[in-house]
Amino acid sequence: MGGSAIVDLWEGLRHAFWLVVTFDAALAEIALRSLRVTLSALVIACLIALPLAAMLAVRRFRWRRATIAMLNALMGLPPVVVGLIVYIFLSRSGPLGALGLLFTPTAMIIAQVIIIVPLIASIAHQSLRELWAEYHDLLISMNVTQMQKMRTLLWDARRALLTAALAGFGRGIGEVGAIMIVGGNIDNATRVLTTAIALETGKGQFALALALGFILIALALGVNLMIHWIGQTERDSRW
Amino acid sequence: MVTELFPLTLKGAETSRRGKRLVGPVDLSLDGQGLCVVMGPNGSGKTTLLRLMHGTARLTGGSVTWACDTDVARHHQAFVFQRPVVLRRTVEENLTYPLRLRGTSRKVAQVAARDWAERVGLGPHLTRRAMVLSGGEQQKLAIARALITEPALVFLDEPTASLDGRAMREIEAILLRAKADGTRLILSTHDMGQARRIADEVVFILGGTVQETGPAAAFFDGPKTPQARAFLNGDIVE
Ligand SMILES: Nc1ncnc2c1ncn2[C@@H]1O[C@H](COP(=O)(O)OP(=O)(O)O)[C@@H](O)[C@H]1O
Ligand SMILES: [Mg+2]
Repeated sequence: MGGSAIVDLWEGLRHAFWLVVTFDAALAEIALRSLRVTLSALVIACLIALPLAAMLAVRRFRWRRATIAMLNALMGLPPVVVGLIVYIFLSRSGPLGALGLLFTPTAMIIAQVIIIVPLIASIAHQSLRELWAEYHDLLISMNVTQMQKMRTLLWDARRALLTAALAGFGRGIGEVGAIMIVGGNIDNATRVLTTAIALETGKGQFALALALGFILIALALGVNLMIHWIGQTERDSRW
Repeated sequence: MVTELFPLTLKGAETSRRGKRLVGPVDLSLDGQGLCVVMGPNGSGKTTLLRLMHGTARLTGGSVTWACDTDVARHHQAFVFQRPVVLRRTVEENLTYPLRLRGTSRKVAQVAARDWAERVGLGPHLTRRAMVLSGGEQQKLAIARALITEPALVFLDEPTASLDGRAMREIEAILLRAKADGTRLILSTHDMGQARRIADEVVFILGGTVQETGPAAAFFDGPKTPQARAFLNGDIVE
């Protein structure tokens, strides 16, 4: 029994290798779609989460504590539930049904944005708050505007923010529950690596599922390395 | 062109926190000639008094007024903290920061940064990250960053308290040069030797209230209050 699992693993690796060296068209399409969906979601999520985190760090507004508590709570939200809620909103009879977004990559991006915004905002808030404690007296003394405070913090904490973004990417690229529901795993349209893995596993195609899994891991690692490399080389960039 | 901030007048100025009065009531008028030293033992309220003047401690009673509008006065002030605050940037970027905030072009700001780095002896460190500098170097950087906008007045809260003798002398030299260039300085210290070396005017504070003010020479030669006499004799320690 243990032997057969090892055989499956080995088969998966071989299969993955084969798919890659032959540049399998279907695989390339699925992998690219995975990347496109998650990177789009990541960019949008960062545009929302980073300014939000900076605002939470420097401003003392009425709903600040409630917002932080909510972000922390949302971080633990099961993706399947997010998928379900987005589904209800986008379904034909839902409030946004007229947009016709259900079972499109856009719907998947929306679901992923909702899933990763709280994660990125929480991690970013944590490091921005520490930096703010360091900078507080100086920036208050310099009488800087709220906007300048936020810009200064976001720029000077950029390495930590990169890590936050990476965490978001990791959560998004490996997520299956929500995008399965709102994307529908439609061949040539909304199938991505994770939903393909689920499908092939269901069909008993373990080798193929494993192959896709290895490619997913390679993709996640690749993006991680690239972002880290960008973080290393920006050292001498200017404000 | 030079905005006149002085005289600075405090009338019954005080600051409380959770019902406890930290400093005040302070009645004080400074004409800001040269270098004014706020002197007193640890915990006497020096930091709080400086912040009160600068406008970063909440005034819970009385008034702090300048010769010009308070916002205008604030724009022409800078504050150097006891523990140097440096931005997580290079030395050069620390120096250009306040200029860039005020809309100075990058080129002009960089020229000024190079100039000020040279003046405080940080020329060779221009492109290093400020976080890796020694404590003394960081404080020199903080002082240069305060002076680079050519403020009319700089507050310095025990700027050399945690530094060795050499760094202290170097910083005192930088401050005396700034004074010669026409910058008014209000510096706090618990170090009597330092006060004797650089003060033109002394404000002696104890237990949150100002006990005595006057020209430095007169203060050191003949303190009027028994508290000041005791402090100068070393009878009030910490
Ligand atoms: N944020 C604060 N909250 C409560 N007490 C404070 C605070 N800051 C200062 N104090 C108290 O106010 C007094 C004066 O403090 P401070 O101005 O820092 O004195 P100094 O700078 O002369 O050492 C001290 O008794 C100190 O404990
Ligand atoms: Mg102090």
